[in-house]
Amino acid sequence: MEYFLTEQQKTMKALARRIAEERVLPVRAELDEKEEFPWAIMKDLADSDLFRIFVPEQYDGLGGGSLDLCLVVEELSCVCSAVAVSYAATALGAYAILLYGSEEQKQKYLPQIAAGKLAAFGLTEPTAGSDASNIKTTAQKTPEGYILNGTKQFITNGGEADIYTVIALTDKTKGARGASAFIVEKGMPGFTFGKKEKKMGIRASSTRELVFRNCLVPADNLVGREGAGFIVVMRVLDYSRPGIGAQAVGICQGALEAAVDYTRQRIQFGQPLISLPVVQQMLANMDIKTEAARALVYSVAKTIDSGAKSFTEESAMAKVFASDMAMQVTTDAVQVCGGAGYMRDYPVEKMMRDAKITQIYEGSNEVLRNAIAIELRKRKGRTA
Amino acid sequence: MNIAVCLKQVPGTTEVKIDPVKNTLIRQGIKNITNPFDTYALEEGVRLKERFGGRVTALSMGPPQAVEILREAITLGADDAVLLSDVAFAGADTWATSYTLGKAVRKLNNIDLVICGRQTIDGDTGQVGPELAEMLGVPFIAYVSKVEDIKTGLLRVQRMVEDGYETIEAHLPAVITVVKEINKPRLPSLRGQMKAKSAQIPTWTAQDIGVEKERAGLAGSATQVVKVFFPQRTHRAEMLKGEPSTQVEALVEKLREAKLV
Repeated sequence: MEYFLTEQQKTMKALARRIAEERVLPVRAELDEKEEFPWAIMKDLADSDLFRIFVPEQYDGLGGGSLDLCLVVEELSCVCSAVAVSYAATALGAYAILLYGSEEQKQKYLPQIAAGKLAAFGLTEPTAGSDASNIKTTAQKTPEGYILNGTKQFITNGGEADIYTVIALTDKTKGARGASAFIVEKGMPGFTFGKKEKKMGIRASSTRELVFRNCLVPADNLVGREGAGFIVVMRVLDYSRPGIGAQAVGICQGALEAAVDYTRQRIQFGQPLISLPVVQQMLANMDIKTEAARALVYSVAKTIDSGAKSFTEESAMAKVFASDMAMQVTTDAVQVCGGAGYMRDYPVEKMMRDAKITQIYEGSNEVLRNAIAIELRKRKGRTA
Repeated sequence: MNIAVCLKQVPGTTEVKIDPVKNTLIRQGIKNITNPFDTYALEEGVRLKERFGGRVTALSMGPPQAVEILREAITLGADDAVLLSDVAFAGADTWATSYTLGKAVRKLNNIDLVICGRQTIDGDTGQVGPELAEMLGVPFIAYVSKVEDIKTGLLRVQRMVEDGYETIEAHLPAVITVVKEINKPRLPSLRGQMKAKSAQIPTWTAQDIGVEKERAGLAGSATQVVKVFFPQRTHRAEMLKGEPSTQVEALVEKLREAKLV
């Protein structure tokens, strides 16, 4: 399919693919087995300037947009989505600063992220998953700054990242309208890490609790204004969801390639599996689903890059559709590979485990379908 | 520390085919790459620049399309690159190549260290490094696996030998060839690629570097390739028959006859 990528986008994509094949593929199974954070690969990505692509040029970035980020995430995810999400979560953590940060905050943090310091985004809590506004973490204003107390749960890059965007209540009486966003740095007194989760998939990535006990955060680290926390959250997630879509597309592509490779080689009934009509039907459907998901993700990314003002609906669609396709495509990939596909010696079982989370995080697909329906109800007449 | 790194564009395969009439490599359909050993030379040059400061200049003698590997060298950290290209350079053996490279290194001026790969994967001679040192009249160290230190005009390296390594010091300027154990070449960076895209890579001709045409290219080559061919594969096996013990005796006898035991 021709997606009319620019020369620079083709270069980024090719470089991400090369890193995935040369540096990720040889260690993929081991990282998954050991649940080991891929630091060496993060360094490769940083040295290759891939953390610069989503940062504006004036902060040492390359000024790329949503599509550029999606292309890189997809290529990495094609080989290992645990690596892809560790990279993409940094973009997620950076978006709050990019979109709502003050000039001082941008000058302080964005060049660090561009150079490869990892970031993370802390919203989810034990009592606040899909019901995100039910957060309990508080930020009490004092003359010295804000004092944070509470626990964030399931935070991607938790413990590994240096820069965290954290949502906390500055006014408990106002609910969601009392939430504010803060930049918290690893090492600030009172900020520690709790339980490291053991996951079904994306096992090389870190998912951990953030614990705040009287953690003093300078007043300068408030992102946007007090009470605007959930505006920041909604907007940041609108920007980041196509990235999850791209992650899912990469998983689809990786699973499709692995399934085609295997079924070409595997001889049953005196012929390669790929010559059996039933297998052909399954592979063709996997291919169609992968390309349809890719087309949707790229279109949404291009919509964002074109300067669209509101894209909640589109961004949710890209994430929901691509992640559902990833689950279906990987399940079928395991199926066509049969017993071998179920074994850890082959990559497709990992891809199936990795696919599941894309339907859950950054807004479960059910919550996002609700969001799409809300946008539909808002419409007064026909739209083009 | 000003460093020159010599690179050669070679066919990206170890199974080269030879034109039986023209005695030249058949390059059609084969992608050209930077000689793999030279990528370690470039990486070491860039690392030394990062350690000790200075500039790295990538140098290649070859046809106009060899500019591709020089652009790649800039992507990977070289500051400048120069292509040596002239019909007068064509058909050079290692001697004429070293003469031409030597002239270019002299023109670059103030080069403290020249780094080459241990050998190429097409010619496989490993001669250009040492010959270049001769042409420049400077010390030469082969098979360097680690650069320990460089200070006050003195270079201290480890070089691989058959059963271990030697530590050697040499005065700068010097020429070294490196082995693949010396480093792990970096991946290209996006900013490097952008820089490389717009980089001006000059082409120097025989006249530009003061090369005497009769000493360069085919005319200046001390060796002439008369014929290039693959040795005929012959199978002259003799099956020994009988009991294992008689077979062993017969085998030992054959080996004795051939003076192999």
